[in-house]
Amino acid sequence: MGIVTPGFEGRPRAGAPNLPPGQYLTPDFPVLSAGPTPKVPRETWEFVISTETGMEYRWSWDEMMALPQEAPTVDIHCVTRWSKLGTTWQGVSLDTLLDGIDTVADYALAHSYGGYSSNLPLGDLRDGRAWLVHTYDGGDLPAEHGGPARLLVPHLYFWKSAKWVRGIRLMSEDSPGFWETAGYHDYGDPWREQRYQGD
Amino acid sequence: MRWLPARLVERRVETPTAQTLVLEVPGWPAHLPGQHVDIRLTAPDGYQAARSYSLAAPADGDRIELTVQRVPDGEVSPFLIETYREGDPVEVRGPVGGWFIWRPAQTDPVLLVAGGSGVVPLMAMVRARRAAGSRAPFRLIYSVRTPTDVFYADELRRRVRDDAGLDVAFVYTRAAPEGWQGEPHRLNLADVNTHGWPPDLEPLVYVCGPTGFVETVSDLLVGLGHPARRVRTERFGPTG
Repeated sequence: MGIVTPGFEGRPRAGAPNLPPGQYLTPDFPVLSAGPTPKVPRETWEFVISTETGMEYRWSWDEMMALPQEAPTVDIHCVTRWSKLGTTWQGVSLDTLLDGIDTVADYALAHSYGGYSSNLPLGDLRDGRAWLVHTYDGGDLPAEHGGPARLLVPHLYFWKSAKWVRGIRLMSEDSPGFWETAGYHDYGDPWREQRYQGD
Repeated sequence: MRWLPARLVERRVETPTAQTLVLEVPGWPAHLPGQHVDIRLTAPDGYQAARSYSLAAPADGDRIELTVQRVPDGEVSPFLIETYREGDPVEVRGPVGGWFIWRPAQTDPVLLVAGGSGVVPLMAMVRARRAAGSRAPFRLIYSVRTPTDVFYADELRRRVRDDAGLDVAFVYTRAAPEGWQGEPHRLNLADVNTHGWPPDLEPLVYVCGPTGFVETVSDLLVGLGHPARRVRTERFGPTG
């Protein structure tokens, strides 16, 4: 327990949902980005998975939309301490995209239009835990929230769910992405409160 | 990063709904302007709430400053503004953030664009420039609702007078003071064009404010020809 601050009581505890430590609920959908929002037309959009041996697998927008679609409802947790419960999305499971790709890589680096990147273990993109999503709350994913398509990896802090994602590089060695280079955690498990390097 | 005990040593009223808190944090490491700090409050039953706040000034030994805008119905900001007393402890952790920062060794022209309380980390840059004796040309465009909503109003006036190479332009969205040119309006292309730097000077641009403001301003900047990689943004939603 930390040092008690006299006079602080906080919000009523009763009925509080099961949030990861240090998080609070928001009904809004705040935006956190490091720079201007890239505008990526669907006509030229593509998604590329490249392997550690240099193989590349590409999808155009239409090809991606023709894949089996899923509609996950998930809780999301931002490292800036807001959490939003029961968000609804549509997109393609990473299991579908990775199916048939020959790799023994342990790590993945998601990279984005606009230069953003984020690293995570490849295993965390498998087993129904990650999606490439294009629809939020029944509508097209807005650009400020990462549209036309973003990664959705809700069991990790939300910066791992790279906006404007353009591809995933599969790698034998871990390589820190944008926020990870700036001091944020390489894994980012909200339930273990892995916010910053060393947590 | 460890949680460090901190105590309130001074409080300054900035506006009717915002105050600057000066905390003493024994063992505080140095920080760069633009970085923020996590503050954690603990209730007697062990319940905790933490929030991030931008640092408003360069570190002065063990003293740090943050400016807190009261969020209606917030859990932390109303406490910090109304209940928190001088000498009482909180815990802090930081500094946090390695992207939205200005290093005093940088010499490029700098454009700062603030929306409301988004001025806080930008003021840390203005103050760090002064403290370091930097000659980097700085321009600040500060969008606020009314003159009474301006943070650091006296100090900004003084800095413009005393700090060579610093310009400050205000844009008022609801009500303007006597003598201000034009009608209140939201920050637009002409404001950015008039009070900013032309893209060919390759300024480094820092934009901070509410999400809609940052989206609008960064789109304007990119439209004017500023490369996206030169525009750094920090957006905030409600952080009660």
